[in-house]
Amino acid sequence: MIALLIRDLRLAMRAGGGFGLGLAFFLLVAVLVPLGVGPEGSTLAKIAPGILWVGALLACLLSLDRIFALDFEDGSLDLLATAPMPLEGVVAVKAFAHWLVTGLPLTLVAPVLGLLLNLPGAGYGWLVASLALGTPALSVIGAFGAALTVGLKRGGLLLSLLVLPLYVPTLIFGAEVVKRGAEGQAVSTPLLLLAGITAGAAALLPFASAAAIRVNLR
Amino acid sequence: MMPDLGKYAGPVLGAYAASIVLILLLVGISLWRGSRMRRALEEAEARQGQDHG
Amino acid sequence: MSIWEYANPKKFMQTSAWALPWFTGLAVLSMLVGLIWGFFFTPDDYKQGSTVKIIFLHVPAAMLAINAWLMMLVTSLIWLIRRHHVSALAAKAAAPIGLTFTLIALVTGAIWGQPMWGTWWAWDPRLTSFLILFLFYLGYIALWQAIDNPDTAADLTSVLCIVGSVFAVLSRYAVNFWNQGLHQGASLSLDKEEHVSDVFYFPLLVCIGGFIALFVALVLLRTRTEIRSRRLQALLTRERGTA
Repeated sequence: MIALLIRDLRLAMRAGGGFGLGLAFFLLVAVLVPLGVGPEGSTLAKIAPGILWVGALLACLLSLDRIFALDFEDGSLDLLATAPMPLEGVVAVKAFAHWLVTGLPLTLVAPVLGLLLNLPGAGYGWLVASLALGTPALSVIGAFGAALTVGLKRGGLLLSLLVLPLYVPTLIFGAEVVKRGAEGQAVSTPLLLLAGITAGAAALLPFASAAAIRVNLR
Repeated sequence: MMPDLGKYAGPVLGAYAASIVLILLLVGISLWRGSRMRRALEEAEARQGQDHG
Repeated sequence: MSIWEYANPKKFMQTSAWALPWFTGLAVLSMLVGLIWGFFFTPDDYKQGSTVKIIFLHVPAAMLAINAWLMMLVTSLIWLIRRHHVSALAAKAAAPIGLTFTLIALVTGAIWGQPMWGTWWAWDPRLTSFLILFLFYLGYIALWQAIDNPDTAADLTSVLCIVGSVFAVLSRYAVNFWNQGLHQGASLSLDKEEHVSDVFYFPLLVCIGGFIALFVALVLLRTRTEIRSRRLQALLTRERGTA
């Protein structure tokens, strides 16, 4: 299990781009939005939580198709499927690896981008907390979408169409935490709901993803 | 014997027109695909009937 | 005699050939009666004026839009558990119908909202969840079309339908939650079911019945098309094999 994790991480680092691309995209979103809506600090402060969450979500989407595609092409996914380790576990490990190379770095740079977007001071802690809690759900849900489309030649666009509606609850609760945090309101309700979605998705979705992969390998 | 729709005639008629167009589109496409498929299937069945005997 | 007999495509084709004209007739009749009754012979609402007549399209379409997804969920489960092809094909057949009904509900809602709320679109929880439902339908249909092997497509779309159902319900609650903090102004409920008076209630019932019959007729028709398509594929494969 750990060997698989290390292998996946090493592949992600080496395959060039996958690692840095999401971060660069996130930065671009944070730069382009002020250029689009104008430099007024109060406007930016108001939309910063939403922009940061949407940006993180889209950045996460960029690298989803790589979760299984490479392994599917060179046949190692077939090996993994017949390995003694259950396929559900493989999926979970791969989703975790995806989170380590996208969700975690996004979480860590988010405060810097919050600075660019004039996020109010009280929001930073909650921004990091909500991203840390919410991005694992993005990776797990994304792994499900990637599992559905793994056999397709041009699955990238379809993958976004399938995954983005599934991201709605995570996005709403995540952005709500930051917004309330920035305004100094109580955040425990959306934070708990966000954690609930992450926990539920991480516990149940690997089964659906593994089922989809088995169908695709048939 | 058009009923008097008052100042809201536009929205009401628009809603009815839009819905009816959408429903007719759906029904039309379903019927068209259905008849096309039936014809294709009949052709194929006739062909195979000849082949086998 | 059990419901599973209809899982046999041949049996389904026989029964649906018999049932289809009945449902078509029922749909045409009750939609004509309901819509004509609603359009010509109902009074104006004291508050909404003549726009209340939109209810006869809006509410049935919205009801069917949700119930079509429920039907797809049930047929997907049946396919996954019992592997009846008719069931999977019925789910495929129902999706575009649900998509169209969702679109009708959204469009009539927007047209209705313009004079009543002064805006085509408000991020009201109900409206937002319907938009999300529309996206779910789009994704589901796109997945069906993207996969060549019909059994693989049936399996994957079924899994998507089940997962999607869970997330659709989650989204509904999330959207409710999200809107509280934004604007209370949209407490204008679209659904006047509770306090709709009898003058509107009975033609509305007829319209709902008509939409349901239309849905059933279309599902039967489209499922028949799908079954024929599968049979045609099988024949073509065999042709290529013998040639």
